[in-house]
Amino acid sequence: MGLGAYVAVSAALFALGLIAILARRNVIYILMGIEMILNAANLNFVAFNRFGSMQLDGQMFAIFTIILAAAEAAVALAIVLNVFYLFDSIKPSEADLLRE
Amino acid sequence: MKKEAALQRIFYGALGVLALAGLGVGLAVAGAQGLAFALFAAMTLGGGVMCVWERSIVRSAFALMATFTGIAGLFLLLEADFLAMAQILIYVGGILALLLFAVMLTPPDLGERRLGRILATTVLVGGATVFLGLEVARTANWFVLGAPLDGRAQDEFGSAERIGVGFLALDQYVVAFELAAVVLTVALVAAVYIARRKKSDLEPEVDTQQEPA
Repeated sequence: MGLGAYVAVSAALFALGLIAILARRNVIYILMGIEMILNAANLNFVAFNRFGSMQLDGQMFAIFTIILAAAEAAVALAIVLNVFYLFDSIKPSEADLLRE
Repeated sequence: MKKEAALQRIFYGALGVLALAGLGVGLAVAGAQGLAFALFAAMTLGGGVMCVWERSIVRSAFALMATFTGIAGLFLLLEADFLAMAQILIYVGGILALLLFAVMLTPPDLGERRLGRILATTVLVGGATVFLGLEVARTANWFVLGAPLDGRAQDEFGSAERIGVGFLALDQYVVAFELAAVVLTVALVAAVYIARRKKSDLEPEVDTQQEPA
């Protein structure tokens, strides 16, 4: 399979992540969408690494992306738990203390 | 609820037909390798579509497991074996468990999904993606990017050994590696600190104001 097939899958996964973020009113869906988008970026890195003239740089980038995604998920879920304690809800539209 | 069940049946029927069509196209275009690619691509995209579609968060999280596993399979097809294993360990084993943990701690909200909103977003985002994709396919120089460089030395241990050397060799990624370690430590300690409940939250409300005698 050529590079184009992988890039197409990556683009579709990115679009799905964007849809999950935009269409669902729930913080956890936003996190899932972010994970999908990061995975799409990783797939692009590895595909271009395979088909380009790089040595291993794309895979290294993907590894650092995975590391940062793990850190991001841990911190984001801690924040979600705190938001739930504070507002009794995990809808992003209800965390509006500054509006009042 | 009858309408809901019918909707589910239509959705999964369409998804299955699409996946089978993808497998057939892959097999017809590139043989066994195309079949493997189509299988993993179908897992990836099907999981993503289910995640957007499903009403309950738990089902969405488990659909995301298919997505992550499919991505790991695509990594394997791209000869990134170390990354594939890391993907399964970290995403399927770690991040997904964290997501499910957060799901269990929050109440279900089954009325949150709006089909109209999903449809409108799909049309918008899908249209933008298709437009950009066609534009890129038209302008990119695929002759430079197209073929894998077969002259490159592939060592017999796969990519794991070269990645390990890249992490530790002084002229390559050792600074980024140490920085990543620091970032992970700080982020995880911060996560524990943020998520912990303050002691004052756990104690029952005590009336601290002394009643005048």
